[in-house]
Parts: sequence; C-alpha cells; structure tokens
Amino acid sequence: MRNYSCTARFLVFVSLTVLLACNKTITNVNSDIPPLNPANEDLNAGTWKLVLLSRPDTFAVAAPAATGSPAYTADLNAIKGYQHNLTGGQRGQIQYWSAGGVLRWNEIMRGLVTKYNLPPYQLPTGTYPIPSSTNPFAYPLFPFSNPPYAARAYAYVSAAQYDALVACWHYKTLYNRPAPYEVDSTVQALAGKTSLPSYPSEGAVLAGVTSEMMQLLFPDEIASIQEKLQQQEFSLIASGAAAPSDVTAGEALGRQVADAFIARGRADNAGKAVGTPTIWASFVTTAQANGQTAWVSLETPARPPMLPLFGQVKGFLLDSADVVSLRPGPPPSTSGDSMQQQVQQALATVKNATRAQLSQVQFWADGAGTWTPPGHWNYIAAQDFITQNWSEVRWARNMALLNMAEMDAAIECWYIKYYYFNPRPTQMDPIIRTLTGVPNFPSYVSGHSMFSAAAAAILGHILPSRAQAYLSMAQDAANSRIFAGIHYNVDCEVGMTVGQNVGNYAVQRAISDGAE
Amino acid sequence: MLAVLALTLMGCGLRAQTDDDAVMMAKNNLCIGGMYSHSAWDYYWEGTYHRNNLNLGTVTTRMVGLMGIYGITRRLAIVANAPYVWTDASAGVLHGMHGIQDLSGWLKWEAYRQKIGSRGKLSLFAAVGGSVPLTNYLADYLPLSIGLHSRTVSGRIIADYQLGRFFATATGTYTWRSNITIDQQSYYTTEFIESNKVYMPNQETYIVRSGYRSNRLIVEAMLSGMVTLGGFDIRKNDMPFPSNRMDATMAGAHAKYEFQSKPLKGLSLTADGSYTVAGRNVGQSKMFGAGIFYIFDFARKGKTSETPTLKSN
Repeated sequence: MRNYSCTARFLVFVSLTVLLACNKTITNVNSDIPPLNPANEDLNAGTWKLVLLSRPDTFAVAAPAATGSPAYTADLNAIKGYQHNLTGGQRGQIQYWSAGGVLRWNEIMRGLVTKYNLPPYQLPTGTYPIPSSTNPFAYPLFPFSNPPYAARAYAYVSAAQYDALVACWHYKTLYNRPAPYEVDSTVQALAGKTSLPSYPSEGAVLAGVTSEMMQLLFPDEIASIQEKLQQQEFSLIASGAAAPSDVTAGEALGRQVADAFIARGRADNAGKAVGTPTIWASFVTTAQANGQTAWVSLETPARPPMLPLFGQVKGFLLDSADVVSLRPGPPPSTSGDSMQQQVQQALATVKNATRAQLSQVQFWADGAGTWTPPGHWNYIAAQDFITQNWSEVRWARNMALLNMAEMDAAIECWYIKYYYFNPRPTQMDPIIRTLTGVPNFPSYVSGHSMFSAAAAAILGHILPSRAQAYLSMAQDAANSRIFAGIHYNVDCEVGMTVGQNVGNYAVQRAISDGAE
Repeated sequence: MLAVLALTLMGCGLRAQTDDDAVMMAKNNLCIGGMYSHSAWDYYWEGTYHRNNLNLGTVTTRMVGLMGIYGITRRLAIVANAPYVWTDASAGVLHGMHGIQDLSGWLKWEAYRQKIGSRGKLSLFAAVGGSVPLTNYLADYLPLSIGLHSRTVSGRIIADYQLGRFFATATGTYTWRSNITIDQQSYYTTEFIESNKVYMPNQETYIVRSGYRSNRLIVEAMLSGMVTLGGFDIRKNDMPFPSNRMDATMAGAHAKYEFQSKPLKGLSLTADGSYTVAGRNVGQSKMFGAGIFYIFDFARKGKTSETPTLKSN
C-alpha cells in the first residue's frame, strides 16, 4: 500500500512538473523584431517613377515651421510630455511600430484578408447571397476576400503606399527638417535614429494612406483600422521620431494620395466582376459551342462562379491588349485522349499521396479562411525583406511591385479561366476525391501557379540571391495543387509560364523606376 | 473536430471496464482485447448553430482499437490502447483519411474502499494518464482528420457506490493538452495569428453511470459530458479547426458479458452505443461499438488465491 502511494505521488509530481514547465502562449513570428534601421535612406526616392500620381507634388504640403519657432517648441514639449509618462503598453506599441510601417500594415492587411475570406452560406432557397459594399455589416459580411479580391486589395494598398511615400520623400528632401531627437538632445530616440528628414512623417503618411484605403476595402473594420492609425501616430511622436506637425502633415498627404487610388478603384471594373446569371450562363453556351464540357460548380447547392468578370479589371502593369496577348492556347479538349490522360494522372496522384505531399498541399492550400496565395507571397517576401534594412520607401516600392504583379496575375488568370471555362478533374471523374477544397471556378490555368510564378519572378529580381529559392517555392505551390487532385498537370505547367510572363512586367517596371 | 470528438466519445464507451470505471483487474492478470466502433453524423454544431452540410453528407469514423490491461496488484492496474482510424464523407469532394492514431495509457489506483452496511460498498479511485500521437497524421483537416495530434496528460477521480449488484459511478477527468504544430504558417481564431503553432485549450470530461454489475454481466446506462476550457466557435460557413471549443453531452449504454466456465473462461464480449444530445463545434454522432477481450492469468501457477477474472466487488 505504501509503495503504491509513493508511485502515485511520484506520478502526480511528474505530471505537475510537466504542466508547469510548459508555457502554451503562442507568439506571432514577427512580434519581437528590432527597429527598422535602413542602411540607405534613399534620399532620391522623390524622383522615383510613380504608379498613379503624375507628379510627387500633385498634392501640396505646406512648408513646416522652423525648428526654432514657438510652434516647434510646443511640438517638442508634447513629445517630452509623452516620454515622461510612458506605460508598458505604450512602450510595447513603440516597439511594435518601430519595425516598420509598411511591414506592420502589410501584416494587418493579411489579417483582414484572412478574417473576411469566407464564402457566404446559402439561403433557404438554395441560392447564395452576394456581399454588398453598400450594406457591409449585414450577413454576408462585405467583402468575401477571395483570391482575386485579395490580390487587388493588396495591390491597391501597396501601390498607394508607394506613391504616397515617393511624395513624402519629395517633401522630406525639399524641406529637410531634422527629426526631433536631432533638434533637441533631451528628446529620446526610442525607436532608433536615422538621418532622414522627418517632415512629413513617413509613418504618418503610411497611417493616412493605408487606413483610408483599408476602410474602403474592409468597411466593417473602420473602428479597428482607426485604432491602429492612432497607435502608430502615438508611437511615432512618443518615440521621438516625429513631431506632431510631422505627423499631421504626413497623415493628410497620405489620405489625399489614397483618395486618388480610391477614385481609380471605383472605375477599374472590379465592382462588375460578380457578373449576372445571364453572363454566367453565357460561359456555358460558349464552351459548349466549342465542343467542350462546360465547368460546373462542385458545391451543393451549386454556387455561382467566383468573380467571372475579374479578367476585365484594369491592371496596374498590363493593359487590356496585354491581357489578351498573354492568353495561352487552349487546354486539351475535354473529349480527347490527352484530357483523359490528364484525368487519370490526377486520380493516380491523389490516390497515392505521401505524407510529405499532404504537408505540401496544406502548406500551400491558402484557401477559404486564409490570407490567399497573394497573401502567402506577401508573407514570404516580408520575412526576407525584414533582413534587408531597407528604407520605408524601398519596402513600399518592393511590396508594390510584388502586389501589382499579383493583382495582374489574378486578372490574367481569371481572364484565361473564364475564356476556356474548363472543368476540374473531379467534374471529369467524380471518383477523384481531393485533399483540399475544390475552388469554385474553372481549372485552366492554375491560380496558385500563376500567383507563385509571378511572385517568384519579381521577388527573384529584387533579391537575386533568393531567386532560385523563390522559383523552387513557386514550383512547390504549383505541384501542391496537382497532389491535391484539384488541377491537371497542364494547368500548372502553363500557369507557371504565364505567371512568369506577368511577373516580368513587374521586373520591367523595376528596372526603369529609378530605384535601382 | 467532429470526427475527433466521435473518437473521444467512443473512448468513453470502449474504455469502460478500463480506465474510467470502477472495475479493477486481478493481480498479474493481463487482459488483451480488440474493439471496433462506428460513428456517424450528418448534423453538427457550427458554434451553437445546428446544421447539416450537403458538401459533407454523412461523416463516418470507423475505428479498430487494440487494448491491454494489466493488474499490477489488485488495487493498481495499467491500461494501454492504440486505435487505427478511418474517416470518410459521403458527399462533397474531400478525401477521407486513415491511419494509426494516438497511444494512450493509464495507471489506475483504487485508493479507498469502505463497506457500508451489509451489502453496500464505497470505493474511490485515482488515475493518471497520457496520450501521444503514434504517427505524423494531419490534424488540421477537420472534420476528416483522424485526430488532433496533441499530447495529453490527464488526472482522474472515480467514485463508485455498489449496493448488492446495483451500482452508480461518477468520474471526473481533467486533461491537459499540448499545443500542436500545423502545416500552415498562419490561421484565424478570433484573431489573426502568424505561427504554425496552435494553442490547444484543456478539457474536462464527466461521466455518470449506473446499472447492474456482477462478475458475469455488466449492463449500464451513462451520461457523459465533455467541456473544452477555451477555444473558439467555428464561424458561419467556415471550416472547423483543432482548437475549436468542442463541447458535447452524450447519452449511452454499455454491456459486458464475461464467460465464467470452460472452455470460454477468460473471454468477454462488450457492446456500446451512444448518441450526442447536445454540443458545440462537434458532430451529432451516433456511435456503436463492440469488443472482444481475453484474460491471461499469470498468477495461476504461483498461487491460487486470486480469482482470474475482472474483479468487480
């Protein structure tokens, strides 16, 4: 009896030790990274080629008060007042935002896409409600941030950030007002020091431009976005990096640039991309007229195809003639032997999936409820960019190049998908069960392949030492769709080629934008 | 979620006579057995919303388990169990999964026994247990993953009152669950998380059971509950996730017959069934199962004082 209680006591002791030793808190990968410390301030960035604005001074920014003026002294006192009474939470905010505004807003953006990437639940009638930007708080919440929506959203935010920062750099070098910690040695530099002029504040430009764009793209999030803006602006001032007048001027400039992009967005055809039942039916008629089996939704009840007119959205890099010229030849005929071979190959692959292939399918799935493939490539890019010690404007430029490539890849891909309206493997042979959900749009060509090849092309140009790694990741992403049983080989092979072609438009822009 | 829950629940039925009841093995007796169970649902709770899903149809989980119980002494037993699991959805496109799931083990100790009157007896048991995944199966593939891939450590208290051949047992368990690693680099719970690690909330389970118990036959009805201490609800039309708040209340029955005379002496048969009457982020499972066990008596040659049977009184 005594022995047993010893055993029991020992086991309880071991169990408690195990429990106490394990901290189960999950931390985000970028929760604790050092302040952005640019190796080069890119002081000529005010001359870099803009995306949408015609000139860096399209929006006027008034000259700042001189550093010796009473107004500036009041600014410095505001900073000192904040620094006198910083709470732990406020110091945490300063540390968080010091890693870089482009990075942090990009993470916030990925989070919003993830949160809103849910397909609407059907109505009792067996049809599906369509999210509406005019009634965003009612179910289904607006938006459904599926891959095309997300690609466009990332691109608009990134491109607007880039133009806004080019304008910001223009005024920084024009007015050349030093940072508060340079002017007054009693102001602490809590987020590191740079030699960059601080008027207007680049962080506040980002807060203004991004919050204005995001509120349009994710209207239910106005309150949370506004809170982020306030946290960033507080951090800029309290860290000693920016005077309140730097921040005010920056936010105003950012918002004006955003308004120009919003005006573009309202006229870029994305609002019409959902189509109508008549248009949906016309794809079927066209495919059948060409002697092809037309795509059908594999969901029950059948769901209308995802954003079938997204191919008509106005791209940042491609014009409508480019979109047509990049279209590949047709997939194998649905009635031919070659297609049967592709189907049999898909069946054999999914039946014999290894654990490593399952992991690859999950890793690259990026389906409903995730950041989407463009979001995944934003993450991949950001994790590498963090190590580069770039200025905010170079961060923004490289993210804009990536995301314009991704948006235009979405446009090209959706154009091809609905041009051919090709069925998925499981439609051709219902015995094919898949290892991830079957996306609700036609098969040819693979979106993952296009997004990934386009991303690999531009990222490989930006970071040549990583070019091979990006290409290999892109191939993994493409293959994952074959392993999952949701694509034929040909979808991914052709998708990789077309994706690379789209990515090269971004490379061409990068070569000539004045930043290299 | 859903498949996994079914497994958890099946465990309640199938492990009866083992780690969560008030029955001990005789000393140096080894009981080895196999179990089969079948669990299916077509309705589930998406958060608190009760729905079906035409893109899943009926989700079925089948399981074959191997179990061993060894009586170290009359008051201390060790239990181990490892299942092979198959999942399948009757509609939609998703591929089912199959594979070896988790090894679970328990050490059960009868800590206290007191006669009450001429026919009554009160017993208290304590048990510690744990489980560990035996293979690298996919956890974030609910409702068709074969398990959650968490390692667990559990503590359990069992109180049993027997009056003649009728009994009532109450069991309470606290299960600590380790975080898991998934193949994705980010996910959404009630917030966006960029990590491949997933926080797994701990769980409590409760069982009350009552019925008839003799050396030959046990027949009992039971009500059990599982409460996840944290976690989040599946959002509207979202997929389930391993760290969902999975709660369930199940009603079930269990029977065991043990042959008492040669040539079948040492052999016993079990049957189980249960139904999920209420839940949250779980499938509304109907489960049935059956098992066959054989007791090897390694004490027989040495001494004859212990009866080579499952001791129930």
